[in-house]
Order: sequence, then C-alpha cells, then structure tokens
Amino acid sequence: MNDDQDSPSTGQSTLPAASEITAAPAAFGKYRAPTRAAFGLTSPVETSSVHLTINGQPREFHLAPWTTLLDALRLYAGLMGTKKGCDHGQCGACTVLVNGTRINSCLTLAVMQQGQQITTIEGLGTATSLSALQQAFIDHDAFQCGYCTPGQICSAQGLLYEGKAHTEDEIREQMSGNLCRCGAYVNILAAVKEVVDAQTA
Amino acid sequence: MHPFSYSSVNDAAAAVREQATHSHSTFIAGGTNLLDLMKENVARPAHLIGLNQLPLAFVEDTPEGGLRLGALATNANTAYHPEVEKRYPLLSQAILSGATAQLRNMATNGGNLMQRTRCYYFYDLTTPCNKREPGSGCSALGGFNRIHAILGASEQCIATHPSDMCVALTALDALVCVQGPQGERVLPFADFHRLPGSTPHQDNNLKPGELITALELPKQGFAQHYHYLKIRDRASYAFALVSIAAVLELDGDTITEARVALGGVAHKPWRERAAEELLIGQPTTEATFTKAASYLLRGARGYGHNDFKIELAKRGIVRALQQAAAEPRGPRALPWA
Amino acid sequence: MSSTTLIGQPTSRVDGAIKVTGAATYAGEFVVPGLAYGYVVNSPIAKGRITQVHSAEVLALPGVLAVFSHENRLPLPDDDNCYMDQLAPGGSPFRPLFDATIKFNMQPVALVVAETYELARYAAAVLRLDYEQEPHQTDLSKQRGAAFKAPHQANGFYDYPPSRGLPEQAWASATHRVAGDYAHPTQHHNPMETFATTVEWRGDGQLTVYDKTQGTFNSQQYICNVFNLKKENVQVHSYFVGGAFGLALRPNYQVPLAVMAALALKRSVRVTLTRQQMFSLSYRPLALQHVKLGTNPDGSLATLHHEALQATSQFEPYAETVTHWSGVLYRCDNVKLEHLLAPLDVMTPVSMRAPGPTSGLFALEVALDELAYETGLDPVELRLRSYADRNGLMDKPFSSKKLRECYQQAAARFGWAQRNPEPRSMRHGDLLVGWGMASGVWDSSQAEAGAQATLTADGKLTVVNGVNGDIGTGTATVICQIAAETLGLPLSAVTFRQGESTMPAAPVQGASWTAGSVGTAVQKVCRQLREQLLTLAQQLPDSPWRQAGPSEIEFTDGKLGLLGQPETQISFSEVLRAHRLPHLEAEVTASPDAKRQQQYSVNVHNAVFVEVQVDPVIGTVRVTRLVEGVAAGRILNPKTARNQVLGGMVWGIGAALMEETVMDHRFGRFMNHSLAEYHLPVNADIRELEVIFVEEEDDIVNPLGAKGVGEIGILGVSAAIANAVYHATGRRLRELPITRDKLL
Repeated sequence: MNDDQDSPSTGQSTLPAASEITAAPAAFGKYRAPTRAAFGLTSPVETSSVHLTINGQPREFHLAPWTTLLDALRLYAGLMGTKKGCDHGQCGACTVLVNGTRINSCLTLAVMQQGQQITTIEGLGTATSLSALQQAFIDHDAFQCGYCTPGQICSAQGLLYEGKAHTEDEIREQMSGNLCRCGAYVNILAAVKEVVDAQTA
Repeated sequence: MHPFSYSSVNDAAAAVREQATHSHSTFIAGGTNLLDLMKENVARPAHLIGLNQLPLAFVEDTPEGGLRLGALATNANTAYHPEVEKRYPLLSQAILSGATAQLRNMATNGGNLMQRTRCYYFYDLTTPCNKREPGSGCSALGGFNRIHAILGASEQCIATHPSDMCVALTALDALVCVQGPQGERVLPFADFHRLPGSTPHQDNNLKPGELITALELPKQGFAQHYHYLKIRDRASYAFALVSIAAVLELDGDTITEARVALGGVAHKPWRERAAEELLIGQPTTEATFTKAASYLLRGARGYGHNDFKIELAKRGIVRALQQAAAEPRGPRALPWA
Repeated sequence: MSSTTLIGQPTSRVDGAIKVTGAATYAGEFVVPGLAYGYVVNSPIAKGRITQVHSAEVLALPGVLAVFSHENRLPLPDDDNCYMDQLAPGGSPFRPLFDATIKFNMQPVALVVAETYELARYAAAVLRLDYEQEPHQTDLSKQRGAAFKAPHQANGFYDYPPSRGLPEQAWASATHRVAGDYAHPTQHHNPMETFATTVEWRGDGQLTVYDKTQGTFNSQQYICNVFNLKKENVQVHSYFVGGAFGLALRPNYQVPLAVMAALALKRSVRVTLTRQQMFSLSYRPLALQHVKLGTNPDGSLATLHHEALQATSQFEPYAETVTHWSGVLYRCDNVKLEHLLAPLDVMTPVSMRAPGPTSGLFALEVALDELAYETGLDPVELRLRSYADRNGLMDKPFSSKKLRECYQQAAARFGWAQRNPEPRSMRHGDLLVGWGMASGVWDSSQAEAGAQATLTADGKLTVVNGVNGDIGTGTATVICQIAAETLGLPLSAVTFRQGESTMPAAPVQGASWTAGSVGTAVQKVCRQLREQLLTLAQQLPDSPWRQAGPSEIEFTDGKLGLLGQPETQISFSEVLRAHRLPHLEAEVTASPDAKRQQQYSVNVHNAVFVEVQVDPVIGTVRVTRLVEGVAAGRILNPKTARNQVLGGMVWGIGAALMEETVMDHRFGRFMNHSLAEYHLPVNADIRELEVIFVEEEDDIVNPLGAKGVGEIGILGVSAAIANAVYHATGRRLRELPITRDKLL
C-alpha cells in the first residue's frame, strides 16, 4: 500500500504562497492553470471484461478500470436504484451488499469486484413482494424524498446480517453511515428496530 | 479521475514485482481513501495494483503470545475478531469509532495506515499545499485550520493524520511488517509515520516499492484498563478533533504502566514516553493525569481556529485516563459511550 | 356529503413502494438514447477574467465531443429579463458561460461533453484555463459600508415601515433591557441528490428536459427565454426530486449548460453536479444581527429593535424576511426593524428552508431568553405577556392562531413546569442538563393552481397537475387523499400524475403552499366531477335521485345515493355506462380569494421545548429530547406532516450544533465543500423528537384549511437549543453553530 504519488513538479502554480497571502486580497495577478507536466494528459486505457453477479444474475461488462462499482451499476447495468449522493464515501446513498456485506459502492472499482455477488435495492424486493425492511420503511414513513432510501435499506440489511446492533443506540450508531437530509432518522430508527426485534424474537 | 491501468496480484512478492514494472503505480486494497483522492485528482497513479486476492486477511496468534493482523483484514473483521475484542479491546474501540460500518467493511488494516490527511487545502487543487505540491505553500497556515495540528507541525505543513486505529496501534506498541524489493523488514509503529518537517509530501517511512503485509501486536494488550476517547463535531461519522488512546496497568490505585497516544493533533499519532513515566507509581487521581496531560501538551501551538484543541486535548487526556482507570469494562464497550 | 374520511388520516405514502424498491427515477437517471455526458469546470478564483481556454488539448482526446465556454457558446440574449426566472430578485441574474467575467469562486466556466461519464470527468479535470485575477471581497463584516436597504418587495415579500411607535424613547425608559449581537452562519442546502438535468434531444429542436426542480414551469420558462425556444418545443419533466429545500426554486446552472450542449450537439446530454459543486450553488447567507429588547413594568415588551446585515451577490439583491417576524411574533408598540444587504463577490443566496426567520428568529428568541433571566420571568410566561392577537407588522388580525395552545400542550408534554431556571442547576450524572424553549412563526398562503381530472368507466380517477415531482413532502399522497375523499372513492382508485410542463399549472413548490394550493384545485375539480355525476345520474330513467339536492346525496366508495339509504346507491361506473360514456373529465383553475385573505394575516406558529445534556469538561452537547407543538391549520396527513416537522427539527439541531460553510477570504472560496467536512446530523445525533399538532380551523387560508408544515418545523429549534445550553452551562452563545470550542 505504498502511496507512490505522481508528485507534480514544483513551482508550476502562480498562486501566491500562503505566506504571501494576507487576509485582505492583494497582489493577485495571473492565475495559470497547472501545465501538462503537472497533469500528464494521457488517453484513457482499454476496457476489460468484468464479471459480476448482480441480484443473482451473472452479468458481463466491458469496463475501463476507472469505472467505480457505483457507476457500473448505474450507467452500465442500468440499475439506477443505487444512488450517488457524494461519490466520496461521505453519505452512504450508494450502499450495496457485496457477498452480503454492506459497502459504499462509490469507493470501489468494478474491476476490484471481479466475480463477486452484488445485491442492490432492486434485488431486495419488488413492489409486489417487499422485503421486511422495505415494508417497515413504508409503515414508519422512514423517508421523504426517497433518495437516500435505497442506501438506508441496503445498509440496514447489512446491519441485520452483521448482527451487532440491537439497542436503539446501537442501531443509531450503526446506521450513521447513511445521511438523510430530509431528517427522517427517528422513523428510520423505528423501521430498522422493528425488523431487528422481529428477527431476534 | 485520471486514466490508469489495473492489475491484480495473488501474493506479496508478485505485488512488489508488479510495482517495479510500472512507473507511478500504487497499491490499492480497500480503496476508501485512494479512490476518494483520485476523484479529487489529488492522487493520479498511472497504474493500480489490486491487492484483494493476497492471502493477507488473517488474524492469527504469534509465537510470542501476541496477535498478527493481516494487512488485508478489513477494519470491521479486525475490530469484531474475538481475539481482538478479548485481548486488545482498545483497538476494537478505536476502529469502531472511526468512519462507518460500510467503510470499515471495505477499509483494510494496511490501508488504514496509508490514509492521507483530511486537510481542506490538500483536497482542493485550487489552493497551495506543500503536501500535495511541494513548494507551493501551506494554505492552512493563516487559513481555516480548525482541524489542524497543534503538535509537531512545521512551517511547511500543519496537517494531521486522520486515523483512529493508528492511535490505538501507537499506544499498543504495534509493529509494522513490510515487504519490498530489498526483502522484509519490521518498523516500530512510532517510526512508521513521519512529522512534516520540510518534506510534508512524505507521510511515512516506507521505502519505494514497499508493501505493508501485517501489523503485529505484542502480548501486552491492556485489556483491563483502557479507553479510546474520540472527540468530534458530531456523534458519529466525523474525523477526530482530538482522540486519546489511554491504557493503564494498575496495582490497586497505583499506576504501574501507562500509555497515552493522541490522534487528530499531529501529522502522526502523538506519543511521548516521558509523559507516561510521570504516571508510573502515581495514584489514579485527576492531579496525576492533569500533570501528564500538561506535559504532553507543553509544546503545543495553535494556529487560530484550532487553538481550542490544546485545552481540549488536555481535558480529553484526563478524561480518557480516568475512564481507563475506572472499573474494568467489557470487551465490547461502545465507542460513543 | 362523502362519508369517507381520508383527509386527516395517517395514510402511508402512495409512492412508498416505488421509493423503497429503487424504482423512483430522479432527474439524472433517465435513460435516453445516444446520451452524452457533460461535466462542469468551475473557476478557481473569485473575481477576474478568463484570458484563455485551452480547449484543443482535451478535444484531442478520443471520445471528447465538445468543450463549451464563453468563447464558443451558443448565442445568448443580452437582456436580463430573459434570465429572470419566477423567483429572480431583480438585478442582473448570473448567465453561465456568457462572457469571460468571473464573479464568484467556483463559478462554472466550461462544460466538457464526452461519450462517457468517466471521460467527461477526466477531460474536465485537465482542461486548462488561464485567468487574470482581481482583488475580491467576500467578508461581510468588511462590507458594512456598502450596505443598502433590502428590497423585500422585489423578492416577493412586503415592505414594512422601518419603525412603529417610539422605539428609542421606549428603550430609554424600559424597565428591563437586553441587547446583543447575533450571527447565523452561511449554510448550504445539500439535498442528498445533487443537481442534475437530462436533456433528451427528440430531433427537430424538440427537447424533453428531465430536471431537478421545484418548479416545472419555472424551468420551462427559463429555458425558453434563454435559448429563444417555443414552449411547445420544450417539455420539462420532474417526477421525483431527491430533496431540494429551496435550492431548486431557481434554475441552477446545470440546466442551461445541459440544454446548450444538447442544442449545439443535436443529441441528448446529461449534466450532473458533484457534491463539491453543490457548494458553488446558492445557500443561506450569513446574517449578522443586533437585537435590543426592553420591557414595561408588567414584563410585556415595551420595545423591540432588530437589525440585520446579510450577504448577497454583486449582481442580485437577494433578500429574505430576516427581521419581519420580529414585528409579528409578539405584541409590541415600539418596534424598529432594519434589514441591510451588502454585496460580495459570491454567488447569489437563495431560499433555504424557512428562509429569513431561521436566521432572524434565532436572534430574537435567544434575546428573549436573555430577557427572561433579566426580568426573572419564566420564558413561556414572558412570551405570553406579549402574546400577539394581531399581526402588528401588517396591522391585521390573524385568520387563526393557536400558539398559546402550542405553548401549553408542548410544555405539559415536556414537563417544563419541573424546570429550575437557575443555570447549571440540573444534572444527569456528570452531565449538565439544560432546558430551553423558543417559538416560531411563518406565513401561509395559497397560490393559483390548476387541476385536471378524469374518471373512467372502471371507476378509476386520475388527477393531474404539473407540480414538480415529490420533493419528499408527500404531495401525491395528500392529493390522492383529497381527491378520494371529495369524490367518494377508495384511495386505491385514485392516481395522481404530476411533474410535466404540459399539465395544468402549479406554482413553484416553496413557502409550504403546495398542499393548500394544488390541493384546493384538486378538491375543486373533484367537486365538478361530483356535479357531473349527479346530473348524469338524475337523467337516468326512474332515478330515485331526481329530486334530490346536492346536500341530500352521499358519494362513497365509488357510488352515489341518497343520504342514509344504501339501497338507492348506484356506482359511478354504472352511471357512465348508462350514458355510454368512456369517461368524465373536468379541468379547473383555483385562485385564492385574495380580497378575503388580504384582510387577514395567515400564519403558522410553533413552540419548541428542548433538553440538552452538556459534558462540561469536553464540551459535547447532545439534544436528548425535543418536543414541538405546531399550529398549522388542518393537518391533511399526520404521518407525512409529522415527518416534515421531524425533518425541520433535525435541521434545527444541525443548525444549532454543526452546520456552517466556512469561507477562506484569501481565496474567496468555501473550503469545507464536502459532506465529510460540512457536517449534517447523522442518525446518532438524533434522539427523542416529538411533534404535537394543535389543529386550527381556518377557512381563510384556503378551502382545505391547511397552512402547510414544510418550514415551521425548523423554527425556534436552534434558539431553544442555544437557550438550553445557557441553562445547562451558564454560557450565553449568540453565534451558531454551538461547537465545543465555544464551550471550553
């Protein structure tokens, strides 16, 4: 895990060094974008074959390495249920299950998941056959706009598999990787708790 | 994100060889920080070497009575491993206070050490940053530096290391096992990360091409008296403003051994043996703890927005030591308790 | 009369199953043939000019289709009016890619379009632009000298007299006085869905625009005006909106960029913003405030002074109602209100959940808590001594107001009577416990809206209105409830279609007025269908209903019949079949009864009671309990309404404890532009929240009696928390957020 960075050559930026920057803006001049030396413009590399089993269906994709699992699901598999809220692992909207374990699909490459079993919200239940969590989310009104909801439900499914959260405080903590800007946390807690209790009863 | 090629390897030796054959190549395991940085164009590797097939996901006993944590074991599997929970509960607590369930399921033990700073300016290509672009300047100096270092910083860089796990590993005197073109070697944890000095672009003392293969925990796990206190801006899913790993061995109320490591305050987890020695032979009183805390923070310096972290760290150290000294706790104490 | 009673029931969302199965499709998710991907490039400087765009370098990359910048943009009008959307506050709206001028940091300067998303992202990252930088000013405290009076009318509000009574004399002679400076920080909306527009090129200049918007028609009008297109050639669709909170009221820059690319390339284009780019959009502006309060000997307010200075851009004078509410919430004869704006080199702010009172009432309600300690009165009692029976600002009676009941019921539920007012007097173990309260007010109104309804011979009803897709408020659910109850159908027989610009008009979805406005239109159109059904039924041979007046007929469960005589019932289907009609249709426009409404002040109110626990050593503040009483007229669906108020409470907790966008004035750039460093509350931050609805009967606001609950929930919360923190710690904090550094 050596982080052998492509260290850009120095002195390319004409931004003033911090020591020269005062609170009152002064001495601003030209702002030159970093040159090629710093960025190294290259052509994208070739695609390769990526096999994923998505919601039980074996699928094959031809993807460049730079395609994340999230973008593979949304743009190449056409499964828009998995959401992109930040693309940096800071919101949880992209949560899916890989071999039953919940992860942020935005922070892994599709090529890194070669051969894995991916479960998305579309694989947990359908409108006519809702999973226990999906039904509980409706019953407890555990969402408003619905955008974080697939991630919340996949995350809660992962929480159930993990079996580490039982009390309200444990569920709150273990569901804290999923932001809900609408603020439906109280209802999300109630929905997840209901299913946790039912499974442990 | 810049284009790159990708290859996957099956053992550590192959990984090291692969690294040598590609210029500007980087290992990727969990990817939780590297891909984040690649999307910000902060990291621009030309080739990624995927490590997830490496047989390094183990957690196993060492002949010396300690525990070896494979570099590829996930943070979650490590934190919830029964032996870690039983013998090194501080480590469990620290890991579980970091990130989220999803991220801990992805992030690996080796990758945790390789996390880069969360400095706003490091992440933003439009601002000068010596860590990202040596010689360009440090924007955090004189800028918005609420989350920045109070110890061991330099005029070149006041960034902090964001890990929780590493703070516990520092306190536990872990060893870092690496493999590289010149073979294998072992680094004491304290020697793994660097202070920024005049080379803030270098986070650690890995040599080119070296790969972390395992972390080794010595036998002594401080499973009786420990506490990881994480102080942050919300109840979960936030980096530490200050974190404290505190462990004690007690004979009655007398301290026979102590370790205190700080996170969120420096370019590396911060620990000073001299401060710990002040605790030896002393009673577990607030006065004792305050003395050690003051000593640890004696060289601390604020840069404006982060001035409060000096007092916060002092109080946090006292609190963490008090908690550690209190009744032995169960192995699965909640990190937010 | 209809005997179903669906309105007011806690019905689960009609679109719930779609949302929980991932089937809800948002603006950036429509799959259209031949889609190209656009990625925005933003300015690294706050002020200056672009001197060169090095497009050729990235155009050389195989798969890169175009780079749009001011150098090669499509022709755009040079007339501010063309860029004025329905909520433009005057001034000169920002024109993306219009010229080389940089007006704010992170301004969009180019759009790169490529065959794949990843390639567009890469090409945007390496596109080089050169700039000539000029000194900028982004520091509000340094721009006081350039401040001007906030033009409220231009922003769609009413202007008010700067003072009433004799505020200076009253201050001089007041029995008790408090004065303080308050600050409410910059905040960003950060809906979970980032902004996105998918433009489907349907050939021949025909566009279907899938937009993230709070105004289907507003988007359409803007696109047509900016690109000189005919409405019939531009359809805007919006089915689900992943949160907006005001940020989608005005078209954001991804709309014109995506449209421009589609028009220029003659193919479908999608532009989705990144989370970082969400911080280049509008926001809630920093508000620096000064409040002075003085009392009469009986503890009532003798005088109230509230001054606010807020940031806006150099090009648009955005103003919200920061100080208005200080003139409304309490009875006070001597009031002085002042609201100034100072222009900065920043993007224009925009409405963000309860825009105005969120900032302004924070200051007022904390000042009142200070006054409670100064006078020795309980904070609730202090407020009751100045209880307003009229809106003093507008000098009008309230259409209804049960704020007193909110205080009483929420206080009782909370256990407020047990409070020891002495700071630091209450403990939970080693933690300090604080109880605080505050109050809030927002207005309510009805806007003109249309509705179309079709009842088919199978007994199914489809109601149509072009309001944008659900932003989370549950509009479709309450609309279905209203339609089903009005026509006498089971809920399952009703479908609400929404979100297309070809549908009957709706106002932009803001100000908590959608349920009342669209709901009233839907109620009206369903009443027309009832009349049609009754007329048709009465035309049938041997009709037992022939002589019956409307009040003697009951519509229930898809049938109509004489009241209390089930044997006379005939199903709607039978009526239609008997007349050989495949369906019945009606379309209406419902306008507010402006003349009647203008005689009143129509407002929602709330009272908020909070418990905090504070760790006195390390400064951790946790909101452990929050009870909010809300008087918002009739609650159409307590389940969805409660959820909205809960959301407001969570926003209030976030505002109180963590939310702030921080500007580095050296760069004129917001630096914590991510969800890792702009902290929103997470699940673990939220404990017990309780909502009490105090229902009001109000036939002034609209025929439904619903005042809307979208904004009210947040109000008072941050002030109540600040007041609770004072009660817990003895530290009076007048600046948000209350982070632990302020408590150490």
